Amino acid sequence: MTAPLLAIEDVAVELPTPRGNLRAVDHVDLSLQAGRTLGIVGESGCGKTMLSRAVLQLLPKKAKLTGRVMFDGEDLVRLEPESLRRLRGRDLAVVFQDPMTSLNPVLTIGTQLMETIQEHLELDAPAAKARSIELLAAVGIPAPEQRLAQYPHQCSGGMRQRIAIAIALSCEPKLLIADEPTTALDVTIQAQILDLLAREQRRRHMAMIIITHDLGVVAGRADEVAVMYAGRVVERAPTQALFKRMHMPYTEALLAAIPKLDTAPHTPLPAISGRPPDPTRPLKGCSFAPRCSYAGGRCQEAKPVLTSAEVSGHLYACFHPIRMTEGIEA
Amino acid sequence: MMQLAARPAPLLNVDNLVVEYGLGNKIVHAVSGVSLQVARGETLGLVGESGCGKSTLGRAVLQLRRAKSGRVMFDGEDLTAMEGEALRRMRRRVQLIFQDPIASLNPRRRIGDIVAEPLIIAGIKDAAERKRRVHEVLSAVGLDPDLVATRLPHEFSGGQCQRICIARSLVLNPEFIVCDEPVSALDVSIRAQILNLLEEMKARFGLTLLFIAHDLAVVKAVSDRVAVMYLGRLCEVAPSEQLFARPAHPYTALLLQAIPVPDPDVRPAESVAAGEPPSPIAPPSGCRFRTRCPRADQRCSAEIPELRQVAPGQFAACHHPLA
Ligand SMILES: Nc1ncnc2c1ncn2[C@@H]1O[C@H](COP(=O)(O)OP(=O)(O)OP(=O)(O)O)[C@@H](O)[C@H]1O
Ligand SMILES: Nc1ncnc2c1ncn2[C@@H]1O[C@H](COP(=O)(O)OP(=O)(O)OP(=O)(O)O)[C@@H](O)[C@H]1O
Ligand code: SF4
Ligand code: SF4
Ligand SMILES: [Mg+2]
Ligand SMILES: [Mg+2]
Repeated sequence: MTAPLLAIEDVAVELPTPRGNLRAVDHVDLSLQAGRTLGIVGESGCGKTMLSRAVLQLLPKKAKLTGRVMFDGEDLVRLEPESLRRLRGRDLAVVFQDPMTSLNPVLTIGTQLMETIQEHLELDAPAAKARSIELLAAVGIPAPEQRLAQYPHQCSGGMRQRIAIAIALSCEPKLLIADEPTTALDVTIQAQILDLLAREQRRRHMAMIIITHDLGVVAGRADEVAVMYAGRVVERAPTQALFKRMHMPYTEALLAAIPKLDTAPHTPLPAISGRPPDPTRPLKGCSFAPRCSYAGGRCQEAKPVLTSAEVSGHLYACFHPIRMTEGIEA
Repeated sequence: MMQLAARPAPLLNVDNLVVEYGLGNKIVHAVSGVSLQVARGETLGLVGESGCGKSTLGRAVLQLRRAKSGRVMFDGEDLTAMEGEALRRMRRRVQLIFQDPIASLNPRRRIGDIVAEPLIIAGIKDAAERKRRVHEVLSAVGLDPDLVATRLPHEFSGGQCQRICIARSLVLNPEFIVCDEPVSALDVSIRAQILNLLEEMKARFGLTLLFIAHDLAVVKAVSDRVAVMYLGRLCEVAPSEQLFARPAHPYTALLLQAIPVPDPDVRPAESVAAGEPPSPIAPPSGCRFRTRCPRADQRCSAEIPELRQVAPGQFAACHHPLA
C-alpha cells in the first residue's frame, strides 16, 4: 500500500475546564488514502469536531494536543503557522455544519470566492472571476453570475452550504473535511448536498472525511467508517464489513436505536440506557461499560485496545466482541 | 367539506384552517387551508420540511396563534370561537411539548416548581395535592422525584430536560398533546429513550397526540396515521404503513427517497427533485409543489389539487398521483 495522505497518530486533545481536565480526544489513530472517504460517527460530545480541529490545527487556544498529524509527508502539529495557513484552504479544506462559520457576512459571495482563489492560486482577477462562476455552477447554484454580487444572508441555508463547499473546493484540495455538513439542512437538501460532495470527490480524486452522528449518512457514502465513543475510536472498518458484522456492542446499540422505515409503528425501540460518561471524569475501564449489556468484570477494570478482526482493516476495542464467528449474525 | 378517515366523532377536527403572518407589508402564507382529524387515542404524525408550517398549525390548533379563518373543533366544541375563561379551562385538556427542552425550562426555577406551575395556573390550591401530582408525573417519566425536584434545569442533560417537559405537560392530566419535534434536538441513543417514553405515557394516560417532526422514520415509529405537509398545505394523509409502502403524492415519494438509510447495500438515489421550496410569501399558483415536481404539467399550475381519496384511508392532493 502507498503511504496514506493523512495519518493521525496517537492524537490526544485535552481542554482545561472548571471541572478539571477534559479529555476530548483520547489517543486516536486513523489514516486515509488519497481519493477515499472516511466517515466518523458518534454521539454529540464524543470528540468528532475536536479531532477534526486537531487535524486542521484549529483547536481552542488553551487546548493541549499531543501526537502527530502526518499530511502529505509533513507533521502538521510541528508546521510553522505561515506554512499551515497556506496549506489550509489550498490542500486542506473544511466545511462546517453552519456555513456562516466559514462565510463572511459582510462580503459578497464573489469577493469571498475570488479572494480565496487569488490567495492560493496565481490567477488574475478576470480568471479568478471566471473560475468562481464555474465553481458556483458546479455546486448547483442557478444563475451563478448574479449570485456573485449577493451577500450570504440573501441565500437559503442550502445555498449557503453550497457556496461554502464551492469555496472549500476552489483550490482543488487534496483533503476535504466536512463536519456535519448537512445536519442543519432538510432531508431533500441534505441528499442534494451529499450527492454534490460525492460527485466532486470522485471527479477531483479528493480524500474526504465526513463527520456525522447519522449512521445513515455514512452507510451510503463512506469507504471506511470510524465509530467514536467518549473521545476514542472504538470500532473501525470498511463500510460493508462494519454494517455486515459489527463487533463492538456500542456500534450495534447505536444502529439498533435508530427508528427504521421498515419497522411497524409502535414497535418499542431498543434504546441505550443512560448516557455517555462525564468527559472530565474518565472511567478506569471501558467507557461504554455502564451502558453495555455485554459488560463483564474485566470491562470495569481495564480499557480494551483496538484489536484486529478477521476482515483486514476491521478493528474493534472490546473484551467481549459480538458476532465473531459466522452464523450468529442477527 | 372534505372527509378524512371518517370515524365516529374525532377528538380533534381541524377544518380548512388558514394562518398567516404579516411581514412588513407582505403576508407569509404559513398554513393555507388545512383540514385534518385525529381520533381519540390516535397519534397523527405531521411531517414536512423546515418552514412548511408544522409549528404554526400545532400552535393554531391550541389557540396559541389565532387562525385567520377555519375552525378547530375539540371534543365537539369550537376552540376558534372560545375566549377568556372558557378557553383557559379548555387549555388544561390540551398541552404542548417543544423541540428545545432546555430553552423551554426557566433556568432559575427548581424542577419541582416548574412541573407544578400548570397546577398553580389551573388554580389547584392544595399544596399537598400539587406535590403528589408532581411526584407522580416525575416518576412516570423515569426521574426520581426526591433527587430532581429541588435541582435546577442546567444540572440536567437534554434528554432529562425533555423528560421534565413531558412531566410538566402531563401534570394536568390532559387528553391531547401537540408534540412539536420533541426529539429533534436529541442524540440517537437518547431519542429512542424519549420516543419509548412518549409511547408509554400515551398508553398509560390514554392520550391523543399530534406528533410533529421532520424525520419520517421517527414519525413512523409512533404514528397511526401520517400527514405530509408542504408549504402550508397537506399533500397526503394515510395510515403509516400504507404511506411508507405506497406513497401517492410525488412529494411524499421524494421525502422517502431522500432519507439516508443505515445500510450500505442501499445505494442512495441520486437526488431527483432539484431545487428548494419556494417562499411562503409568494407560493406558486395551483399545486404548491409544482416547481419541484417531476410530474407537473399545465393543470398543476392552474388548479389547486384537493385532498381526495386514492386508496382506502389514503388521501392525496395531486392531479397525477402515483399508482
Ligand atoms: N471550547 C471548548 N472548551 C472546553 N470543552 C469543549 C470545548 N469544545 C468542546 N468541548 C468538549 O469537548 C468534548 C468533545 O466535543 P466535540 O465538539 O468534539 O464533540 P462532537 O463529537 O463534535 O459533538 P457534536 O456532535 O455535538 O458536534 C465535549 O465533551 C465538549 O463538551
Ligand atoms: N412570527 C412569525 N412571523 C412571520 N413569519 C413567521 C413567524 N413564525 C413563522 N413564520 C413563517 O411561517 C412559515 C411556517 O413556519 P413554521 O415555524 O410553522 O414552520 P415549521 O414547519 O414548524 O418549520 P421548522 O421545521 O423549521 O420548525 C415559515 O415560512 C416561517 O418563516
Ligand atoms: S469492553 Fe466490555 S463494556 Fe466495553 S463494549 Fe466490550 S463488552 Fe461492553
Ligand atoms: S398536482 Fe401536479 S405538481 Fe402537484 S404534486 Fe401532483 S403532479 Fe406534482
Ligand atoms: Mg461537532
Ligand atoms: Mg417548527
